[in-house]
Amino acid sequence: MSFLSYLINGISLGSVYAIIALGYSMVYGIAKMLNFAHGDVIMIGGFVVFTATSATGMNPLLAVLLSVVVCTVLGVVIEKVAYRPLRNASPLAVLITAIGVSYLLQNVALLMFGANPKSFTSVVKVPALNLVGGDLIISGETIVTIVSCLVIMAALSMFMKTKPGQAMLAVSEDKGAAQLMGVNVNATISLTFAIGSGLAAIAGVLLCSAYPSLTPYTGSMPGIKAFVAAVFGGIGSIPGALIGGLILGVIEILSKAYISSQLSDAIVFGVLIIVLLVKPTGILGKKISEKV
Amino acid sequence: MKKKMSKTTKNNFITYAMVIIAYVIVQALVLSGSLSSLMQGLLVPLCIYVILALSLNLTVGVLGELSLGHAGFMCIGAFTGAFFSKCTQGAMPDGLRFFLAIVLGAAVAAFFGILIGIPVLRLRGDYLAIVTLAFGEIIKNVMNVLFIGKDSAGFHFSLKDQMSLNLGTDGVVIIKGAQGISGTPKNSTFTIGVIMVLITLFVILNLMNSRTGRAVMAIRDNRIAAESVGISITKYKLLAFSVSASLAGIAGVLYAHNLATLTALPKNFGYNMSIMILVFVVLGGIGNMRGSIIAAVLLTLLPELLRGLNDYRMLIYAIVLIVMMLFNWSPKAQDWKARHSLKRMFGKKEQTAKEGN
Repeated sequence: MSFLSYLINGISLGSVYAIIALGYSMVYGIAKMLNFAHGDVIMIGGFVVFTATSATGMNPLLAVLLSVVVCTVLGVVIEKVAYRPLRNASPLAVLITAIGVSYLLQNVALLMFGANPKSFTSVVKVPALNLVGGDLIISGETIVTIVSCLVIMAALSMFMKTKPGQAMLAVSEDKGAAQLMGVNVNATISLTFAIGSGLAAIAGVLLCSAYPSLTPYTGSMPGIKAFVAAVFGGIGSIPGALIGGLILGVIEILSKAYISSQLSDAIVFGVLIIVLLVKPTGILGKKISEKV
Repeated sequence: MKKKMSKTTKNNFITYAMVIIAYVIVQALVLSGSLSSLMQGLLVPLCIYVILALSLNLTVGVLGELSLGHAGFMCIGAFTGAFFSKCTQGAMPDGLRFFLAIVLGAAVAAFFGILIGIPVLRLRGDYLAIVTLAFGEIIKNVMNVLFIGKDSAGFHFSLKDQMSLNLGTDGVVIIKGAQGISGTPKNSTFTIGVIMVLITLFVILNLMNSRTGRAVMAIRDNRIAAESVGISITKYKLLAFSVSASLAGIAGVLYAHNLATLTALPKNFGYNMSIMILVFVVLGGIGNMRGSIIAAVLLTLLPELLRGLNDYRMLIYAIVLIVMMLFNWSPKAQDWKARHSLKRMFGKKEQTAKEGN
């Protein structure tokens, strides 16, 4: 039974990674940049909910909604102020700017909330599920996480069929051609950042509900791992992000349980390297042929 | 009459001279006692960061591949050097031991550079970046669980804990997992650091102007064209990557011999460190060695100079980073610079100074 409960924990953690990876993957697909600040948007999302529920006693669901709105606006503003002027600059310049934004968010949070970890009260009010006569307990957080991950995936897949979704695909294929076809490129990129950051807020809440300790650096490691998950599944692909996230989460929890808790990160990264060596563009990645 | 120096030679001499003049000025300040102890403590780290920035610039600027795992090679160099120093302490003169530690650290880091480079350099662009990041994290993680002990029967290794080393009664544990290595002799001085900076510069600048360096740069500029004229891609990529790794290893040895206790923390060997080195390289100018030195020194000093502002210093650092990138690259800022440039104000006087080597 313990294996099954580890597996479920892994799927739950993997679902959070998948939601973060989606944001990473969409932004990468459209802006061709590693948005290092994505992980810190997660942290901001967590802090918004923490402040709203603990300071004003707001209804948890409203607080989550508020956090999504705040992060969405934050994502759009970051894109507009920091990334848009650099759209034609070298990729490395954009990468460094993203790192700068990441430091900025971390330090703003550090000034506002301090370095001490805040204990986050779970916003989930779903009762735990007792299976097999109490041998297998699935916590409410786990259920909510997995369900919301599936809902988000389904919603996004449907969104991709709509006109804005198609515009997104067109811009990620070829910006110039999309513009000639009448797609508003700036608005589409803003929309992508908005969706990605909104998802990050949800991921932040789910992450903090499952691991209730919130510091200004909470987001950075999950952010990196989610990026690994996105690469793992094939960057730019929605099902790829889901598969990558789930595999990563399960490997992490199982290696923590059965091999070594200190080496679990090394194992996760090791599997990534092996996958990329066998399939250089990830599990569901497109093959890119090279023109001479 | 002496032959006129070529432009590259002249530029290289300016870079060497800059380092030496900076060294003389700082030494004079130290001797006259006008440098605070805080600043004196920063001198060796400054050299370490300069070496790291220079060596990463070899990968990013000359080879043209983005590496986010540079701190991993530094970690290998640091642990190798410290391990060697602990084992041979007292067995040979201090100077010789430290010299051998540096050579060994560089060699082991170069070996790992080749080992990691063989699979990694097949990938390109952001995939290569993420895999180097992964390797850096793996190295840090493994160092955190590595135990090595020594007794009369020889060395014992373990990835679990101190007990499973099965040491004899006379055994000593040298690397203690997450507690790292303690009691490494403090051999790193500012003078040795500057000598290492000069050696690093010498290696990189000469490599860049050699046949090999030109082959590496040809691969950077157009891989397919380079391959079609008979340049072995794998060989030259691996060569540049492992030289870069070994120089980072030297920085690691200096780092280890500047601390009483060496541990592999996310702060010193994690991806944050790799990213910080990358920031030096990009702000100093990709492929520009002199720029890397200046950026590494300024950006290391900046948070320290802002120490009076305490809580706000990292915030200011972040803002400086963003504003500098925007100022350098955004189209509006470039228009502004074109209109207000020194060149237009003073004629063409400053033209050559801006072009690096």
